[in-house]
Amino acid sequence: MVLERTQTLKSLHPLAWWAWAIGIGIAVNGTTNPLLLALIALALVWVVLLRRSSAPWARSVRAYLILGGFVIAMRVFFQIVIGAKTGDTILFALPEIPLPDWAAGIRLGGPITAEALAYTINDALRLAVLLLCLGAANALANPRQALRSMPAALYEASAAVVVALSVAPQLIESGQRVLKARRTRGTNTKGLRSLASVILPVMADSIERSMSLAAGMEARGFARTRGLPVRGSLTLMISSSMLATLGAFVLLSTDFRLLAVGCLVIGLVGAGFGLRLAGKRLAVTRYRQQPWRVRDTVVSGFGLLAAVVVLTIGGLNPNDLSASLLQWLDPQALFPSTDPLTWPQLSVPMLLVVGLVAAPLAVTGKDRIDVTESVRNDTMVRSLRPKAEILVTS
Amino acid sequence: MITFDQVSHTYPESAQPTLDRVSFSLSEGDLCLVVGPTGSGKSTLLGAINGLVPHFTGGRFSGQIRVDGRDTTKHRPRELADLVGYVGQDPVRGFVTDTVEDEIAYGMEQLGTAPMVMRKRVEETLDLLGIAELRRRPLTELSGGQQQRVAIAAVLAAQPKVLVLDEPTSALDATAAADVLSAITTLVHEVGLTVVLAEHRLERVMQAADSMLWLPGDGSVRHGGVAELLAQANITPPLAALAQVLGWPTVPLSVREARRRATGIQIRPRPETPTSHTELAVGATDLQVRFGEIKAVHGVSLELFAGTITAVLGRNGAGKSSLLWALQGALTCGGEIEVAGQDPRRLNANQARRLVALVPQTAADLLYLPTVEAECGQADVESEASPGTTAALLTRLGMQLPPDRDPRDLSEGQRLALVLAIQLAAGPKVLLLDEPTRGLDYQAKAELHQILDQFASNGTAILISTHDVEFAAATSQNLLLMADGEIVAAGPTADLLTSSAAYSPQMSKVFSPVKVLTVADVAAGLWDPRP
Repeated sequence: MVLERTQTLKSLHPLAWWAWAIGIGIAVNGTTNPLLLALIALALVWVVLLRRSSAPWARSVRAYLILGGFVIAMRVFFQIVIGAKTGDTILFALPEIPLPDWAAGIRLGGPITAEALAYTINDALRLAVLLLCLGAANALANPRQALRSMPAALYEASAAVVVALSVAPQLIESGQRVLKARRTRGTNTKGLRSLASVILPVMADSIERSMSLAAGMEARGFARTRGLPVRGSLTLMISSSMLATLGAFVLLSTDFRLLAVGCLVIGLVGAGFGLRLAGKRLAVTRYRQQPWRVRDTVVSGFGLLAAVVVLTIGGLNPNDLSASLLQWLDPQALFPSTDPLTWPQLSVPMLLVVGLVAAPLAVTGKDRIDVTESVRNDTMVRSLRPKAEILVTS
Repeated sequence: MITFDQVSHTYPESAQPTLDRVSFSLSEGDLCLVVGPTGSGKSTLLGAINGLVPHFTGGRFSGQIRVDGRDTTKHRPRELADLVGYVGQDPVRGFVTDTVEDEIAYGMEQLGTAPMVMRKRVEETLDLLGIAELRRRPLTELSGGQQQRVAIAAVLAAQPKVLVLDEPTSALDATAAADVLSAITTLVHEVGLTVVLAEHRLERVMQAADSMLWLPGDGSVRHGGVAELLAQANITPPLAALAQVLGWPTVPLSVREARRRATGIQIRPRPETPTSHTELAVGATDLQVRFGEIKAVHGVSLELFAGTITAVLGRNGAGKSSLLWALQGALTCGGEIEVAGQDPRRLNANQARRLVALVPQTAADLLYLPTVEAECGQADVESEASPGTTAALLTRLGMQLPPDRDPRDLSEGQRLALVLAIQLAAGPKVLLLDEPTRGLDYQAKAELHQILDQFASNGTAILISTHDVEFAAATSQNLLLMADGEIVAAGPTADLLTSSAAYSPQMSKVFSPVKVLTVADVAAGLWDPRP
C-alpha cells in the first residue's frame, strides 16, 4: 500500500527528462567508441538510480539493461554464424558449411576474426546504449504524464495513445482469464477451433470494453468544443510544416545554410503558432500541470549540449585542424578503427559529454529555499516521525 | 429536473420497442430507484437521461427528454456532461486515466474548469467520498468498492445536477455495497443532487428512495412511491415478500419499520435440519494458494458432502475465487485435495471436469460458438456424452432457449443456465459456482435456487461463492465465512447467519431473536391460530 505523502523535492518536468535523454541519444548515435559508450551508460544508470521515483514505471530500467544485453548477444551470435569476414586476426574457427552458388556472399561458420567481432560489438553497444537512453527517460518520467504536457491541439491524439497504452495489459488479462475458464470445459478441441474458442471471447470482451470506455469518455465530455476551429489554422500548420521539411532537406543536402535555417525556423514557429490556434477549439484545461522551471531548461540543455558536442566534433575535418587542436579534439576517436584493430582512445570533449550526462544530478537535488531560522527549532520532531513512504504489504 | 415526454426507443436490431411512450417527471433533489427484471430496459432508460441513448447506441427514438431544460435530442452526451454525471455498470471499463487523482480531474479537464478551481474540487470530492488516502494509487490496484467510489467521485467532481448510476453495487460485497449506497444517500441529503439509481438489491436502498420507476418489461414505465409500487410489482425484495405473506397492505421499507409492524406476530423458529452427513464428496486439508507474495488462501480445510449446498461468504479479495479454482485442481497449491479418491490437480482437464465442474465468475468466457444448439452439441462431444445430453439438461433446468439464438444475446440468467448445462453434461459429483448471482434479478435467483436444489437432491455436492447474503440464506445448508484467505467460521447456515451482525439476512433481523432466515421460513413458521 502506498500512503499519501507530501510532494518530493526532486521532481522535474517529464518533458525535460525526455529532452535530456533524446539529446544523449543523438550523441550516442554519433559515436561507436566503446569506452565513451560504456561511460555514458554508467552515467545514465547512475542518474536513474539516484533520481527515479518510487512509481511502478520507474523500475523499467532493468528491463532495458537486459534488452541491451540481448541486442549485443544477438548481434555477436549472428556475426559469428553468418557475418562477413574482415581482418586477419583469427581468434578461432568454426566448421564452415558450404552453400550453393546462388547464396554467394553468405558464409555459414568459418573463421572468426577479432576485427569483425570488435566492429560488431562497438556497433551493437551503440544500439544498446540508445535503448538505455529510452529506458532512462521512461524510468525518470511517467510517459503518460509527458503526454499530458502536449499542446491542446494534439490532445485527442495523446488521449488515443494513452488509451492504446492500456490495451495490451487488458488483452493479456482477459486472454488469461478466458484460457483458464476454457480449460474447465475440457480440451477436446484442437487446432483452429481451440484457437477460436479463446480468441472469440477475448475479442468480444475487448469490443465491449472499448465500447464502454467510449461511452464513459463521451458521457464525461470528451471532445467538447468551445467553438468552431479557427479559420486558416490547418492551412497555416500544413504550409509551415512543409516549409520546415524543406528547410531540413536543404540543410542536410546542400550548402545554402542560411536559407535552410531560415526556412526551418519560420516553419517551426509557424507550426507552433498553428497548433496554438487549433488548440483554442477545445475547452480542455489541465489538472496540476507541472510548471516548466529554470532547471528544466538546464537539464534539457545538458542533453542538447551533449548532442551538439559530439556532432560538432564528428563533423570536423581533421585536415583543417592544427596539430595541437587535432590532438585535443581528436574527431577520429569517435569512430575508432577496428581494421586494423586499435585500442579506443578517450579525449577531453568525450569526458565533457559524460559529464553532461551525469550533470542533472547536480541541479536536481533538493530545492533550495531561503530559510529563516526558527528560534525554537522543532523541525527535529517531524524528522523523528515514521516515514510515510512506500509500505509494500502483502 | 428530468422530464420524459412520450419517449419511445427501439434498438436497431430489435422489433419490440425497449421503451414505449414513457412519460414521467422527477423533481430536483429526488433519489429515484429504477427497478425491473433484467432486460426490461433499465439501462436504456438511464442512458436516455444523458443522451447516450440514442446518440451513442443508435436506434429509433421519439419523444422528448428535458434535463434541467435541455433537450437531449439536441445535445450530445458530451454537451450534457456538466449537467448529468453517468456511472456505467462496470466502473473499471469507464476509467480513462490510470491514477485516482487524474481520474477525478478528467471530467473537469474536459469541461475546461480553471486549474485553481479544479485543484480545490478534487480535494473536496476526495473527502466527500472518503477516498483521500487513495489519491495516488493506480486504479487497477483498488478493490471493487474503492473503484466504484472513485468512479462516483470522478463524475461528482464536475458538479453535475443529476447523478445516474447503473447498478453500482452489483459486483460488491455486502459491506462495500453498504459503503457506496450510504455515500449516495449522503449526497442526496447534503448536496441536493438528483439521483437516478438502478439496483437489483433493493433491500439496502429502498428506505432512502423518494420514488420508484418500475419497468415491468413490456416497454411501459410506472412512476410512483416506493411502498405502493412494491406492493404490486413483480420485484420482490424480502420485505415485500414478507408483506405478501403477512397480508400487509403496504411494504415496509426498512427492517426497523418491519420490526415495529411485526411485534405480536408469533413465529416458530426454523426447524433444525438434521445434519445428515451423507457421503463425503470433497475433502481438502490445509490448502495454500499463493500468487507471488500474496497468500490468497492460507491453511483452509473443508469437507463437502454429497447432496448439500455450501455457500462461501466473504469480502472482495478474501480468497473465495482462489479456493474454488484450487478445489477444481486448476491451481498449483499446497495441501491435500481428495475428490472421490482422486486429486483433481493430477488429472487432465477432461478427467477433472468429470469430477468437479466449475462455473467461473464471467460465465460468458466459456461460450464461443454462434448458436445455443452448437454450444450444446460441442458440450456433448467434450463430455463424451450421448448427443442431446446437454440440450436435455437445459430443458431439465427449466430453460427453453431457442436453439438458433446467439449465446451472447441471452440474458444473464439464461446464459448462466446454458453454462451450467454445459458443465453438468460431464456428470460431475461436485459443482462449484463463482458468484453466480451477479446481475440476476429476484426471479432469476429463485430459478437458480430451484435448479441447484434439484441437483443437490440428486446427490451433487455444491459450493457457491457469493456476496448475496439473502441468496446464501435461501439456498445453502452449510456456510463458510472467509476473510484474508482463511476460513473464520464454518457451520450450518441457520446458526452462522442468525448469529452474525454483518451477514444476517433481513428476515432474521426482523424476527430476531427467533431463528428464521427467509420468507419461506416465516410462512412455514406462522402460528396458525386455528387448530
